[in-house]
Amino acid sequence: MVAGLVVIALTGCGPTGSASATGGKPDLNGIWQAVNTANWDLETHAAGPGPAQLGAVAAVPPGLGVVDGGAIPYLPEAVAAKANNVANRWKDDPELKCYLPGVPRATYMPYPFQIVQSPTSLMIVYEYAGAARIINMGGTEAAPIDSWMGWSNGKWEGDTLVIDVTGLNDQTWFDRAGNHHSDVLHVVERYTLASPDVINYEATIEDAKTFARPWTIKMPLYRRLEPGAQLMEFKCAEFAEELLYGQFRKQQVGQAR
Amino acid sequence: MTCLRMRASLIALPLLWLLLAGCSGNTSRGGVARTPWGDPDLEGTWNNATLTPLQRPPALASKEFFTSDEAAAYIKDRLEQSNVDRRPQASGAAPNVGTYNDLFFEREPKVVKSLRTSLVIDPKDGRIPQLVPEAQARLDAARQRLALHPADGPEDRSLLERCLLFSAGGPAMLPEGYNSNYQIVQTPRYVVVLIEMIHDVRIIPLDGRAHLPANASTWLGGSRGHWENDTLVVETTNLRSTSRGRSGIGMSDEHLRVVERFTRSDATTIAYRATVEDPTVYTTPWTIEISLDRAKGPILEYACHEGNYGLAGILSGARAEENEAGTRGKVR
Repeated sequence: MVAGLVVIALTGCGPTGSASATGGKPDLNGIWQAVNTANWDLETHAAGPGPAQLGAVAAVPPGLGVVDGGAIPYLPEAVAAKANNVANRWKDDPELKCYLPGVPRATYMPYPFQIVQSPTSLMIVYEYAGAARIINMGGTEAAPIDSWMGWSNGKWEGDTLVIDVTGLNDQTWFDRAGNHHSDVLHVVERYTLASPDVINYEATIEDAKTFARPWTIKMPLYRRLEPGAQLMEFKCAEFAEELLYGQFRKQQVGQAR
Repeated sequence: MTCLRMRASLIALPLLWLLLAGCSGNTSRGGVARTPWGDPDLEGTWNNATLTPLQRPPALASKEFFTSDEAAAYIKDRLEQSNVDRRPQASGAAPNVGTYNDLFFEREPKVVKSLRTSLVIDPKDGRIPQLVPEAQARLDAARQRLALHPADGPEDRSLLERCLLFSAGGPAMLPEGYNSNYQIVQTPRYVVVLIEMIHDVRIIPLDGRAHLPANASTWLGGSRGHWENDTLVVETTNLRSTSRGRSGIGMSDEHLRVVERFTRSDATTIAYRATVEDPTVYTTPWTIEISLDRAKGPILEYACHEGNYGLAGILSGARAEENEAGTRGKVR
């Protein structure tokens, strides 16, 4: 019996222990959120105005960049598209339309997300637009088709969860500042527990049609510690209906019915 | 593996056996596959497509169960009758307007394993119960409004067409015409159900937390789960009310409460029951039964809203019809 207990201690194989619930891997289960301004602009930026009628509510909060080395290495021919996106950012950003955010943008939007990790499966669920990703743990299959959230193959490198993401379409932006990419985007994400309540997150972005070389963003992700913390439902399609379909309305909003 | 061997040799020591029970990865006890921490294992990819109708057709009023021959005949008949490609064509009319070709639909040639003639198992007549008078009046008013204003704006259209809620999302989780696929991931603290349609996810906490205040109502509602023996029992409240009715169960209001029961019944099946209660809508609670059958993955992304050309087409089509009628000096 003593020998048995020793075995339990050595294998970490208890009835409710975290190790058995995650197949002996680091436990990333929880609700996480970035606390930065990357969703407004991945690069360092000063404060700026938003749509005038919304005043300070929609102003751009200033922030330090998350791009390793400071600047995104656009190819010369990709710079014009970025400038055009900036000029039309309050009209063309897919976030305005409640479109799925893609990877890595889903990670640093100003909404929490939940990692659901079992011994054999891993799913990431985002509050924004109810976006979800199934991570194919141990998978090496190529993306069967392009999609908004891409195709994710995951593996453990030591204590780091590494997710290789391909099959991302070219419809998403990286941020509200119009940073963009093509359909050959390849993202490698790395999730490493730095402490029980902090994940060090890195994403290396490779896109030979858009960037001169791969580049990396880095940021901490913080555990939401409030008692009862949970993802809330944010099915924002409903809130984008006027924007998308208002032109087809029988009578415009505000007119007498 | 070490733990498995230990358990076999120490089976006479009940206390230690209990300690170790959670130690065996993906084993079974009581004939049920279990997680390493001992809960029944619901993980995997599942599908609940069936030809069994939600409500028992009037023609089968006295028949609660098919015989296997009757079920086979019913399946054959349903597949033929519902084949949209073989719909009789009016002379000169384009075939199939307003729907997809048949191959897009999920036509699993099967009925529920119980051979019941409806998914509704209670009341005994297999029909959704009568509405209370006030609810019937609300439904009549909504239908009248819809007849007069079928497409004035997006909110006149169904939750499905607006990519807000499909019947597969539920609750109760009822099959769609296609893509009735689900993936379940579970931890000691949560059971999480990904629904292919609209990539909806139901995150069901198992920690006994209270429901949110009633004003925090949502399309999928707030679900709270617990294990009763080997059955996952999930209670969902905080469901948003809509005069159009919910996708799937239809008429309901803010008092809707759905209790679902997930039981892993064999290696390839989760038995699923859901009881729908809404005292301000239905005269009695009602219960459906269906199975989630093991399916082959992977589930791919159903980006409903992003690809929703249909809603713009329906609304702009309605405006075009009005303009045409106006040009001809007619009032529609």
